[in-house]
Amino acid sequence: MEKPFHRRDLLGIKDLSAEEVLGILDTAESFREISSREIKKVPALRGKTIINLFFEASTRTRTSFELAAKRLSADAVNISVSTSSVAKGETLVDTALTLDAMQPDCIVVRHSSAGVPHQLARISKAAIVNAGDGTNEHPTQALLDAMTIREHKQRIAGLKVAILGDILHSRVARSNIHLLTKLGATVRVAGPRTLVPEDFESLVEEGLTVAQSVEEAIEGTDVVMILRIQKERQDSAFFPTLSEYAVHYGLTSERLALAKDDAIVLHPGPMNRGIEIASEVADSARSQILDQVKYGVTVRMAVLYLATGGRPARDDE
Amino acid sequence: MRLLIKNGHLIDPAANENTGMNVLIEDGRVSAWLKQSEPDPEDAEVYDAGGNLVAPGFIDLHVHLREPGQEHKETIATGCAAAVAGGWTSICPMPNTNPINDNAAITRYMIEQAEHAGLANVFPIGAITKSSDGIELAEMAEMKSAGAVAVSDDGRPVPTAGMMRRAMQYARDHSLPVIDHCEDKSLSAGGVMHEGKVSLLLGLKGMPALAEDIDAVRDILLAKETGAHIHIAHVSTAGAVEAVRRAKAEGVRVTCEVTPHHFTLTDDAVKDYDTNTKMAPPLRSKEHLEAVIEGIRDGTIDAIATDHAPHHADEKALEFDRAPFGIIGLETAVGLAFNELVEKGVIGLEQLVRLCSANPAKIFGLEGRGTLAPGAHADVTIIDPDLEWTYDVRITKSKSRNTPYHGWTFRGAAVATFVAGKQVYERNGN
Repeated sequence: MEKPFHRRDLLGIKDLSAEEVLGILDTAESFREISSREIKKVPALRGKTIINLFFEASTRTRTSFELAAKRLSADAVNISVSTSSVAKGETLVDTALTLDAMQPDCIVVRHSSAGVPHQLARISKAAIVNAGDGTNEHPTQALLDAMTIREHKQRIAGLKVAILGDILHSRVARSNIHLLTKLGATVRVAGPRTLVPEDFESLVEEGLTVAQSVEEAIEGTDVVMILRIQKERQDSAFFPTLSEYAVHYGLTSERLALAKDDAIVLHPGPMNRGIEIASEVADSARSQILDQVKYGVTVRMAVLYLATGGRPARDDE
Repeated sequence: MRLLIKNGHLIDPAANENTGMNVLIEDGRVSAWLKQSEPDPEDAEVYDAGGNLVAPGFIDLHVHLREPGQEHKETIATGCAAAVAGGWTSICPMPNTNPINDNAAITRYMIEQAEHAGLANVFPIGAITKSSDGIELAEMAEMKSAGAVAVSDDGRPVPTAGMMRRAMQYARDHSLPVIDHCEDKSLSAGGVMHEGKVSLLLGLKGMPALAEDIDAVRDILLAKETGAHIHIAHVSTAGAVEAVRRAKAEGVRVTCEVTPHHFTLTDDAVKDYDTNTKMAPPLRSKEHLEAVIEGIRDGTIDAIATDHAPHHADEKALEFDRAPFGIIGLETAVGLAFNELVEKGVIGLEQLVRLCSANPAKIFGLEGRGTLAPGAHADVTIIDPDLEWTYDVRITKSKSRNTPYHGWTFRGAAVATFVAGKQVYERNGN
């Protein structure tokens, strides 16, 4: 498999080296000012075709990828594959081959099943970018979180980061844990034991701790990352009620006070205000949630650029 | 018609024999053993085993033949062809056909289709409950009269202890072993691989070892109380192996089988999301694999069974979550057993023959099989323990190709197979 760039696909963070992660982040830095220009467009990907293949509903991630492609002058097409058309019988392999025959340069894929980007990457000639696969990974989310953290803390190495909520079912948590620990941060995770199994520490070789309580996880941290609680988890009896969750596991001002004075708060959105995050925290100066959204476009520009043949900023030095 | 299998090394643990010996076959049965120094009987056809091992035909206690109902995956004829190519002279198909084998008519149909194919013997396993719904008992005694040798609801294990207890009481009356695929679905529902470090890493929903352990322990307690014979299908966990070990020491009528994939692969194999690594029970972690190997070494595990589970390529070309469970296994089992068990010194050749032939015959009460003693059925597996070969699934006899072993290299293979004295397979010939 000849790759236009030394890593053609972005399937996840776990298989990347720290240098590769930094290469993507530095490339994103070099694209940062494009989005603040009056004419938000450069010809970097002119003539490239990008397909956003979304098997799972998503507004913000899809929009973010679409804007990223357009700001680089690529031709972007969105395809939403409803589960009903899958039920008609087309296999994943057929879907991939059909799209491949249209000769796109890159396919951005989101799917509710883990591993779909990996399966597509084995078949497709186009670069595959994972926009979230089941409960496996969401690499561009971790990259945009890292960019946001670097913006406010100027570094990742040595930081203490708490990730709170439904760790078990979170692709955001997995990608962030891989990325942050690769770059030298230490991560503590916490939440109800039904959603934060103790074995989770084995996910990475070092730098990850499963805390015994939300308070323990937050104590002295530089970054507090809150995960969205999905209502269906409550229906599956992972915890009793949303209101009990809010009281015992939600990020309130009192709990946030345990973190460092200059700690920032991140949330991948969309938020359930009053459940996993109190409104006063979400709206406080600590919250960098809108920066995350902003850098989402920047990071995705970098990822698309690299996936379709661009060179990372770091290599140009 | 008489056939002499000569110049072979006879391994027949049930008859306590392990020596150079010629085997004379007459009318589908073994009629005598002749010393290799004795002259060949004049009117007998001769098959020269050329120094290879001559073993009683291998018996696979656990296959899925998909007929009736899912002939695009496998038919009884293609399944039997794959069986004899892998050294299996008898196979026992699970009842999860469509319709389910829960009555004598279907049992008879399966046997007739097998007779029509004229390759391996087929001994069907009947359902425990009607439609394997776990609610009403199926007509076990009628199925037994039609030729069924055991009962199981396999992949849809009887969910309640109450129903299972009644099934065991009833099956015992009719001397039918009850086979359980041990999986407490309240613990494993939605899972697609072993629950552990790798499932956390891959973001795939896990099936905990506990789901197997709990059902195995339940079944053992029920067997102890009812006096029924419980046969635990495809043990894959340290807990299930240990439960069987203890129950045997206590004298409970329990036996168990292991699949080749559970002694060769761990959940690490799932890392590329290859749907040919998805099966139930799932590939477990290294600790479980080691416990399974120990169970094979110390005799806790009685049999090697393939759980041959054909699925069409289109069905496996799906998302890992949606792809069906199971892999084919009839043609790779002997090679895998040689590589992982014999070569590595876990067991010797005699024990291999016990696991693949003598014990399976005993477990399902197949009289005159699992041995080549005079009077026994002339089902014979000829094995070349030194043959080096590579598995190429593109030339499989099965209708399906769902295997993780394509391209694997083995040392040791079945090279010829005889059923009822008739040669049904010759490697490199037909």
